[in-house]
Amino acid sequence: MAKEKEKNQEQKTETVKVQNKNKKVVSYNKWGIIFLLPFVIVYLVFQLIPLVSTIVYSFFEYYDDGLDMVGPNFKAFGNYIKLFANKDLFVYAGNTLIMWIMGFIPQIIISLLLAAWFSDPRLRLKAAGFFKTVIYLPNLIMASAFAMLFFTLFSKTGPVNSILMDLGLFSEEYAFLDHEWSTRGLVAFMNFLMWFGNTTILLMAGMMGIDPALFEAAEVDGATSTQVFFRISLPLLRPILVYVLITSLIGGLQMFDVPQILTKGTGNPLMGSNLTTMTLIMNLNRHLSVSKNYGMAGTLSVLLFIITAILSFIVFKVSTRKD
Amino acid sequence: MKKKVLSALLVTALMATMVAGCGSNSGSGSKAKASLADGGKVLNIYCWNEEFKSRLEDHYPGYTKVDATTGKIGDVTVKFTIVPSDDNAYQNNLDSTLKKQKDAAADDKIDLFLVEADYALKYVDTDYTVNLADLGITSSDLADQYSYTQDIVKDSNGNLKGSSWQACSAGLIYNREVAKAVLGTDDPAKVQEAVGSWAKYNETAAKVAGAGYVMCSVNDTYRVYSNNVSGKWVQNDKIVVDANMKNWVDDSKKLVDSKAENTNDLWSDDWAKAKYPDGKTFCYFGPAWFFNFCLDSGEEGSIANKGGWGYCVGPQSYYWGGTWICAANNTDNKTLVTDIIKTMTTDKAVLKEIAQKDADCVNSKTVLAELSSDNSGNLALLGGQNPYKQLADGAEKVDLSNLSKYDQACNEEFQKAMGNYFKGNCSYEEALESFYKAVQAKHPALTY
Repeated sequence: MAKEKEKNQEQKTETVKVQNKNKKVVSYNKWGIIFLLPFVIVYLVFQLIPLVSTIVYSFFEYYDDGLDMVGPNFKAFGNYIKLFANKDLFVYAGNTLIMWIMGFIPQIIISLLLAAWFSDPRLRLKAAGFFKTVIYLPNLIMASAFAMLFFTLFSKTGPVNSILMDLGLFSEEYAFLDHEWSTRGLVAFMNFLMWFGNTTILLMAGMMGIDPALFEAAEVDGATSTQVFFRISLPLLRPILVYVLITSLIGGLQMFDVPQILTKGTGNPLMGSNLTTMTLIMNLNRHLSVSKNYGMAGTLSVLLFIITAILSFIVFKVSTRKD
Repeated sequence: MKKKVLSALLVTALMATMVAGCGSNSGSGSKAKASLADGGKVLNIYCWNEEFKSRLEDHYPGYTKVDATTGKIGDVTVKFTIVPSDDNAYQNNLDSTLKKQKDAAADDKIDLFLVEADYALKYVDTDYTVNLADLGITSSDLADQYSYTQDIVKDSNGNLKGSSWQACSAGLIYNREVAKAVLGTDDPAKVQEAVGSWAKYNETAAKVAGAGYVMCSVNDTYRVYSNNVSGKWVQNDKIVVDANMKNWVDDSKKLVDSKAENTNDLWSDDWAKAKYPDGKTFCYFGPAWFFNFCLDSGEEGSIANKGGWGYCVGPQSYYWGGTWICAANNTDNKTLVTDIIKTMTTDKAVLKEIAQKDADCVNSKTVLAELSSDNSGNLALLGGQNPYKQLADGAEKVDLSNLSKYDQACNEEFQKAMGNYFKGNCSYEEALESFYKAVQAKHPALTY
């Protein structure tokens, strides 16, 4: 088969060459290249070169010491060895995943429910357009502004504490940001609030793409709405679900602005010897903000790149396997 | 074919980054002499808040305001570049501009920039700053200043590289109402007796807690301890925790556990509540700029508005903050730069004006002596008390022999890490480990 294809192609190119020689056919090839050029240039300058330089610097010692620059000195795998020498990396990776999962589970459940309701014509929801807009709104607020808002709301003398105390639920102020699970919970809650609208819209698009004939057939057969949801909607939604899962996972691994602002970049509370809200990217930022440590930051980025690639690959394989 | 194109691209990208990496490798180690010129049309001033701008607007003769960030002195345009200090943004911006200073267009060259004590040495000990002697400012011009304000901006060869209009000796600012309720008096001398040493302070704190108030935040007392250490934060590239820092940790832990102090971050909303009677707090620790900038004296209902604060020296003398003016190397406005530094930091008439208009504790022994000798130094927010005698005495006692260029990172991270210990989330050793790691991320060359 493959060989045949190759032959075919060779024949085709030959005919094209012959035709070109005859100048009977106008070639539009150059337009393809011209239209592609802006993207390729932007990609090269802003994506590929930084990507390659990040990988290159990960093998160098390269940082600022006050106003002096140290390096770049080639260190081979020195940065990698240093990085793996202490367990912090795994703690930070764990924090990131835990906070992502805490946000993602409610996010996918609520989004599925909302998407099912919004796309179900039998419910005849009123003002669906309005609510679709409203659930998307939190995503329009800048994450850092959102985190600052929560920081103020949940501070010790903030409004949430006063409300809870006025209601008699708490006898004294609760320092939300001094405790492991309340801080992580807040981060997860914010991520959930910001992203469930986006997910709902994606899933809705997926549900509306399902052939209505299937739903009608199910109805004729007397299926309950739960059965319809689990036997028809969900299996047919799998491609969209996989997409949502992978993009959310990659986004989750890059979790930064919300915990950074909420904990003022500290990753506190420190429980025992572990910082409990320090994410991988916050750690990256710690290496960059003052010392401009491009070497160590490059190493971390390369690692994150590899982790992202592996996780995406696993998720993709698991969810596309044939039943 | 495709593979060849891709590999060619990768190689080009690789080469490009290597070249970029090598090109910018120019340290500050060169020992070039200051190059100064005159005739610049734009005077660029880099700073992190409005303070110096308003001082210049109000007190520098011949300065006219044009708009929010520009002014004019004669035909020179004064341009302020204000970048907040948060997240190191001010220094990041200043650093990258300073590194391009030599090749920058005349109108873009930095002429003056401001630094704080915690990181002054980072700039002072390089050729990016100009020796004041090279500007023609002599030691006799500066004789009336407090010597500690000069120690902060001396490079390792003893050259003076900056000057300040403030002497930020600091003390304990107490709530008179609470003092009356707990100690039975609000007389500064009596209150000083009750908090005159750390042992006394801790006793008073117990009484304050017993009466249903808190003393202050552990972060308020931090600077008092950190200014009275016996060694530098970093010695031979090793981070060293001084015995007095350990004292701060131990004392604070006890006070937090007995609810006599809280763990509020400085400048946080929780911390700021103490500026009002409902905050139920005994004191703040702060210098003179604290009176004006931080006590909400303009707000109806604040303690300062009713003149409800008192001032005493507290357990130990210390200083906090202050702003130093440095002249940038390669400036093209030498004469004007010299005159601004001279006028704003040594002219007694200007300094007295600053003290009276802005309640700043100015860097002049003569002016402070004048202010403390009559009623001109009485402050309404301190209930008419004249704090200048104590402030002047404090400024004489400040000792800054243990400053290092790593102080900012160490002070910030030590407080952040120890907060976890005070809250009971981890042990002292675990907090210490976290502190070391955080400092190391900021200064990779250090060990512990």
